[in-house]
Amino acid sequence: MEYREDKDIIARRIARFLKAGDVVNLGIGLPTLVANHMPEGVEVILQSENGMMGLGPAAAPGQADQDITNAGGALVTLRAGGCFFDSATSFGIIRGGHVDYTVLGALEVDQQGNLANYMVPGRMVPGMGGAMDLTAGARVVIAAALHFEPSGASRLRRRCALPLTASGKVDWVVTDLGLFRVRDGRFHLTECLGPCPPEWVVAHTDADIVV
Amino acid sequence: MIAKPILSASDAASLVQDAGAIMLGGFLGCGSPHTLIHALKQAGTRNLSLIACDTGIHDFRTGRITSQAHLVQNRQFRRLSVSHIGLNQETQRQLNAGETEVELVPMGTLAERIRAGGAGLGGILTPTGAGTEVEAGKQIIEAGGQRYLLELPLKADIAFVKARRADRGGNLVYHGTARNFNPLMATAATIVVAEVEEIVEIGALDPDQVHTPFIFVDFLVLAGRIES
Repeated sequence: MEYREDKDIIARRIARFLKAGDVVNLGIGLPTLVANHMPEGVEVILQSENGMMGLGPAAAPGQADQDITNAGGALVTLRAGGCFFDSATSFGIIRGGHVDYTVLGALEVDQQGNLANYMVPGRMVPGMGGAMDLTAGARVVIAAALHFEPSGASRLRRRCALPLTASGKVDWVVTDLGLFRVRDGRFHLTECLGPCPPEWVVAHTDADIVV
Repeated sequence: MIAKPILSASDAASLVQDAGAIMLGGFLGCGSPHTLIHALKQAGTRNLSLIACDTGIHDFRTGRITSQAHLVQNRQFRRLSVSHIGLNQETQRQLNAGETEVELVPMGTLAERIRAGGAGLGGILTPTGAGTEVEAGKQIIEAGGQRYLLELPLKADIAFVKARRADRGGNLVYHGTARNFNPLMATAATIVVAEVEEIVEIGALDPDQVHTPFIFVDFLVLAGRIES
């Protein structure tokens, strides 16, 4: 058994949460991969916070409309029956509980359900964009991240040290080691992903984990 | 119906005063008033306060600069109220060096604060940002067992917005995700200039399809360059 980082295993597991007709917002980066792993025939409705319901695949070269982009600014398409709206409507949809699942990247996530993903003071200050609204309003908040930072430290923590994006809002954490439910101030490892057994995951994570 | 003046981009840029507050529509350059932004750079107006979704793209490695990143690079802003600066390394540098004041605002809160500014509201109550640094210095109001932040309205002296099409009267129609913050900003500034790709006669737009009613728009400018 040897740990090797695996983003696709995370995306594939998150895709299994989703049912046909769910309204889903996928964050930039790793969460975007979830769209590549949707089972055949399960059509979810992707919301894009820049003002679109029914986000489709990337635009084919030469077919792009410069005025149809995703939240990362990439040229995309709109599915048949989809629609556009302004930013107040978009975030009304998000805050108002009309998005079923939001999948967000994480720098750190802790056992109280706190999420940190929008800045490293003095070093990286991208701003929160729509992340704080998404965690405040989506029905289910899923944090998606590789289990370990490049330094080797676990992203699952007892307490986040970085400034919080959300306080007590994370429902599930999916890493390349497992699926964790956040409940009662602890992580509950409900499923191992990849080759590492539960005791290895517990031993390599500085947080309270119930197996 | 009264036709609105059609200005050159440079005449529109001269309406911006030093130290004024300006709103710029757009989301990472999509739906940004690029022609007006370039004219404002030429005008060199300084000490401005910017209210916008983001500060565009400024990539030190490739040298790529888009939308209002040109104005950030040209040091025309004293203060920024924006949601996302992750693709603009120069904005992050100015923030970390203490050269420019940056207020980071959750995107939904930014949208609602602008809407409140244009809709005559004294503020909005939002759960967004509760328990985070966004709370700092803000009044917390409990209602129905929930904690809300009181977020105050945003207004500006001038807004530059971008639409696909206008009629001479100033009714605006947007296209795709280029709509984003534009219709909100068109309600929340003293002077509103709309950069548009096409101007049609009064009566030529389907009134059921108008996104921004003409009374919000003061001046029209024809888009010159579509590239950022």
